Amino acid sequence: MLTRLKRMLVKEFLQMLRDPRMRIVVFGLPVMQMMVMAFALTTDVTRVRIAVLDRDRTPVSRELLSTFTGGGYFQIIRRVDAMDEMTRLLDDGTVRAGLRIPAGFAGDIRTGRIAQVQLIADGTDSNTTAIILGYANGIVTDFNARLNRHLPDRAAPVEMAVRAWFNPNQESRLYYVPALIGLMLLIFSLLLTSIGIVREKEIGTIEQVMVTPIRKMEFILGKTIPYVITGYISMTIMFILAVVVFGVRIHGSILLLYGLTGIYLCGNLGLALLVSASASTQQQALLTAFFIIMPCVLLSGFMFPVHNMPAVVQYVTWINPMRWYLEILRGVVMKGVGLQTLWPAVVAQLALAVGFLFLASKRFRKTLR
Amino acid sequence: MGSARRMIAVARTEFIHVIRDWRSLFLAIAIPMVLILLFGYALTLDLKNVPTVIWDQSRTPESRDLISLFDGSPYFSIKAYADGYDSLQRDIDAGTAMVALVIPGDFAEKIRAGRTVAVQVIVDGSDATTSRLAASYTNSLGMIYNRNIRSVSRSPGASGTVELVPRVWYNADMRSQNMILPGIVAIVMMVIAAMLTSVTVAREWETGTMEQLISTPIRGHELIFGKVIPYFVIGMVDVAIAVAMGEWLFHVPLRGSPALLFAMAALFLTGALFLGMTLSITLKSQVLANQIALVAGFLPTLILSGFVFAIENMPVLLQGLTYIVPARYFIAIMRGIYMKGIGLEILWLNALLLFIYAAVLILAANRRLKLRLE
Repeated sequence: MLTRLKRMLVKEFLQMLRDPRMRIVVFGLPVMQMMVMAFALTTDVTRVRIAVLDRDRTPVSRELLSTFTGGGYFQIIRRVDAMDEMTRLLDDGTVRAGLRIPAGFAGDIRTGRIAQVQLIADGTDSNTTAIILGYANGIVTDFNARLNRHLPDRAAPVEMAVRAWFNPNQESRLYYVPALIGLMLLIFSLLLTSIGIVREKEIGTIEQVMVTPIRKMEFILGKTIPYVITGYISMTIMFILAVVVFGVRIHGSILLLYGLTGIYLCGNLGLALLVSASASTQQQALLTAFFIIMPCVLLSGFMFPVHNMPAVVQYVTWINPMRWYLEILRGVVMKGVGLQTLWPAVVAQLALAVGFLFLASKRFRKTLR
Repeated sequence: MGSARRMIAVARTEFIHVIRDWRSLFLAIAIPMVLILLFGYALTLDLKNVPTVIWDQSRTPESRDLISLFDGSPYFSIKAYADGYDSLQRDIDAGTAMVALVIPGDFAEKIRAGRTVAVQVIVDGSDATTSRLAASYTNSLGMIYNRNIRSVSRSPGASGTVELVPRVWYNADMRSQNMILPGIVAIVMMVIAAMLTSVTVAREWETGTMEQLISTPIRGHELIFGKVIPYFVIGMVDVAIAVAMGEWLFHVPLRGSPALLFAMAALFLTGALFLGMTLSITLKSQVLANQIALVAGFLPTLILSGFVFAIENMPVLLQGLTYIVPARYFIAIMRGIYMKGIGLEILWLNALLLFIYAAVLILAANRRLKLRLE
């Protein structure tokens, strides 16, 4: 039994890594993807491009503008004289927002009235817009505080002292980089394994495998173990990158992380076996795998927080292995927590993996139809 | 004349191939619909119901006023009241709370005495997006609270204040669906077009039927165009489904010209189809071609196109890289047509670049295909 399995493994490894282009796909692509995506996935909004229509042109209006650009949140890239021009800049996307200061701005302030400033934000990117509006509000509040600094009782009564745990500077990179590892492991283990098996069916070599004395279990193990090993290797490479290049610190136990990743990989391979059992061409396998990957990624909390989803959908995410894995990754890497906190996710992950593997062994047939 | 006939013959075989394989066809239609449904109903970046835990050490009417602001806000949902840092930390560690509000014991006294009092807000930074938005909303609630107190005791002799009047153009209620749906069309087409065509020619090589094709009088461009036509039809059906679902299911306003929208979609689709084709021809392996299509087509479309992550927030070097991602231009066009209601007078450069991209890939596919045995 072991000799057969060993031969099968040797053959699988040879087949997978014989083609130098395939070696790049297996080890190079996850790394490359991580480099690009880690830099791209950022929701940190800085240096928002704005246009300014200042009809007041007084020292006070200039002071307001310099407050806007002072914090590094906004940069004025255009000063316009008419609303038409502002509209055009917003239409073609040159600026994200426009600030309109009406004539009489300084006068209103001097006479103790409320002076209005209009901020026109491009809502096509609603998330960025919400952050921009938050910045602008903060800046105007600061400005008001400074205008009235001579009045002692006007100091803000309540001050919100915000502290972000686990990620003091709230850098999105620190969250996305570990999550990317979960994403890559899902995509590559699911796609490569399922296509790898279906390939034998499509080009007919599975019939040659069938006439050998190899048993079903050995065939399944022989097909999946190489992908578990390559999964671990690329995970290690990605973690080294995460630590060295992106300054991610693993606060929890690395051993625990590797152990729990094993469960994740096995579950994914179970899914891959299910896909390959039901597909007869690589095109089908690919589409089916994709049909599974897309919802898994989108409903994992990777880009879209799970608590924002409707309640029903939140329950659906329970059968999503990536959702639990991200919870584990975040917990171990960023929060440094262990099994005593993560056990619900671990139990769920384990149940899913066992379930997928069980279904796969039921569905998978070595025999011809 | 014979050329067109041969091309149609290839298209017919590929059509039969697609239709006979009903499962692939079903998936090619179902994947976009599932994506749109997910994005329409379940996925939103709009912050609401952030689980919040509160440790109120003051327990006074003043502190309850502040808490009721959080309770009444759609952004926060109070999950628990803590009685110490321990239980608060447990909630944040386990992820049952993402925001913790710690109101100090002397909260009411200080406010009555007119002194500044700091309320500690702890946010779970492990999800930086949510935590940053939550922090900004917390600050706004703080400002509202301050304004409420002040309106009771407005001091005379104060100079005027500045009021910010925000107006959001193109998407007044800042619905993320309005921004996502135009982008989803690009994602869908990349998946369907590039990934499906990436296996077509490679399949002929792998299963050995290429040799039979080579022995026929068919020429390279006839084979390529013939194979692309069925997938072009599927892709355009997907676009139509996406637009229809946006219109009737999610009520995403389409302000610009629908004709221009479909024309631009066809241009982008052509580019995506020939990207898959070129990969398939060059690599001659379905696994490889498909993986590369995923990495070179789908992932950049998802990540580097400005679909969810705004391009201007990326590092400069990466912003440069986005210029070679065609979806960047297409998504700008789609958002322009959908949300801003603008046309080619502003979008012409984006359209021209899409055209060049499609043309380059058509040429590449034709040049790479050699109907010869090796």
